[in-house]
Amino acid sequence: MDTILSINNLTKKFGYLTAVKNLSFTIKKGNVYGILGPNGSGKSTTLGIVLNVVNKTEGDFHWFEGNTSTHDALKKVGAIIERPNFYPYMTAEQNLKLVCRIKDVPFSKIHEKLEIVGLLERKDSKFQTYSLGMKQRLAIASALLNDPEILILDEPTNGLDPQGIHQIREIIKQIAAKGTTILLASHLLDEVEKVCSHVVVLRKGVKLYSGRVDEMISSHGFFELKSNKKEELIALLESHPSFGNIKVADQLVTAFLNEPIKSEDFNQYLFSQGIILTHLVQRKESLEEQFLQLTDNNQN
Amino acid sequence: MLRLLNLELQKLLLNRTSKTLIFVSFILPFFVILLSSLKINVFGFFTLELGELGIFNFPIIWHLTTFFASQFKFFFAIVVVSMIGNEYSNKTIKQNLIDGLSKKEFILSKFYAIVFFSLISTVIIGLISFCIGLYYSSYNEASIIFSEIEFLFAYLVKLIGFFSLCLFLGMLVKRSAFALAFLFIIFIAEWIVFGLISWQSDVAFASKIQNVFPLKSMYNLIEQPFQRIAMSKFPNKGELIYDYAVHLHELAIVIGWTALFVFLSFRLLKNRDL
Repeated sequence: MDTILSINNLTKKFGYLTAVKNLSFTIKKGNVYGILGPNGSGKSTTLGIVLNVVNKTEGDFHWFEGNTSTHDALKKVGAIIERPNFYPYMTAEQNLKLVCRIKDVPFSKIHEKLEIVGLLERKDSKFQTYSLGMKQRLAIASALLNDPEILILDEPTNGLDPQGIHQIREIIKQIAAKGTTILLASHLLDEVEKVCSHVVVLRKGVKLYSGRVDEMISSHGFFELKSNKKEELIALLESHPSFGNIKVADQLVTAFLNEPIKSEDFNQYLFSQGIILTHLVQRKESLEEQFLQLTDNNQN
Repeated sequence: MLRLLNLELQKLLLNRTSKTLIFVSFILPFFVILLSSLKINVFGFFTLELGELGIFNFPIIWHLTTFFASQFKFFFAIVVVSMIGNEYSNKTIKQNLIDGLSKKEFILSKFYAIVFFSLISTVIIGLISFCIGLYYSSYNEASIIFSEIEFLFAYLVKLIGFFSLCLFLGMLVKRSAFALAFLFIIFIAEWIVFGLISWQSDVAFASKIQNVFPLKSMYNLIEQPFQRIAMSKFPNKGELIYDYAVHLHELAIVIGWTALFVFLSFRLLKNRDL
């Protein structure tokens, strides 16, 4: 598979503060990547470095296997960083024309991309009259102008209302479905979970994990159980070798697995022991739970 | 090169404020010169006709119009500092770079715009001086008409130099108002240094030093023409004689500053995290 971006031992220091520390990862073509991390974990700094607006302190990065200079490579990249940045006194169309001139793209693309983000009827309105959601959608249109090989989005839904968030996500999903590689930085985990196949997890500039979303934590998931004989159930679970940690909250008993068990086998076993369940759910940790677990484990 | 110029022209000409200021700085002086060359009847008392004073004679007209027009450069200076200030306040500088403009191209596109407008201004002033001169001048031999045409070149170099300084200040402080304040501070600082040196040694030495300072060196390219006009009226008064000509070393100093300012602007941007 083609490598789009490779980062090797990248470090960025702002004075005494180390924003990114010895970071390495690669982006392969066709996947949707998420960069996860709390605020101030170095996500935007990392993106800033590879996008040529922040100077690195140490390490290096290569676009497209290192065959092109960074500024030529950026013509094959579409990127939005934090806030949508356009000239307020120009209309949407004029702003996009300017981007076309920078990227050496024909003006004919403008119509097509405005249609994707649903801004065609407002193309002659000045940018300053746009709502935040529209500004963000215009930014996506602008990033798509050159039919980029990779789309980089940094907190694309930040500050939007639920409808705006939904619209942006739908657009991202559409783009991902066409096979465009996407790199999405976010601290909103459900957002990453919904669209990404791979994640890079950062904390205080240090990489904690990079790889597939579903392999982030080697875990067999857990059962959520309810029963009228709660105490007997807990006693049984604690003596069972397949279960590790057991949490009780109100009526709900959560039992974490040490080894895989099928829910039907488990149910049958409990029934044979005279415990009848009123509620049985087997699932894996959500990305949020995995993320918190991962960042907690590395706290010390 | 054309791509970068187009880019900058789009940014400037779609902005109403900069469009107005560009108009004022380049078109207004040309109208004022045009009007002053007409006969003006002051409330019927007397007729003012500057042309009769001989100031529109070749070759002095080249000196007069370029000096006069260069006073309007301040309006375009506002445009130059605000074109940098706006890029920072709208954060479009960041977006431009992300979209694939290199830092070098960013500075070059600004510099090309400066050269472009300075050229246009020079051509306009050249044409209007030529026409008014032909109309009023008592001399019409080509050798006299085109003598001292170097004032036009000096005007071009002076504009490009001055606007490059503004570009550098804009890049340095990122805010247009502060950049203009800085310009004023440089002006004062040059005179303070001049004062200090002449206090410590002598005035002649101090003015030699001052002549290489950015603002003073730009002024030196086209000195005030009034004394020269007076000189032509009273040729016997020796104390009026001064050196008003355009010298090669003066041009070299300003071109040197221009190169330095553009280079420093690039260095600033290169080392800066946006």
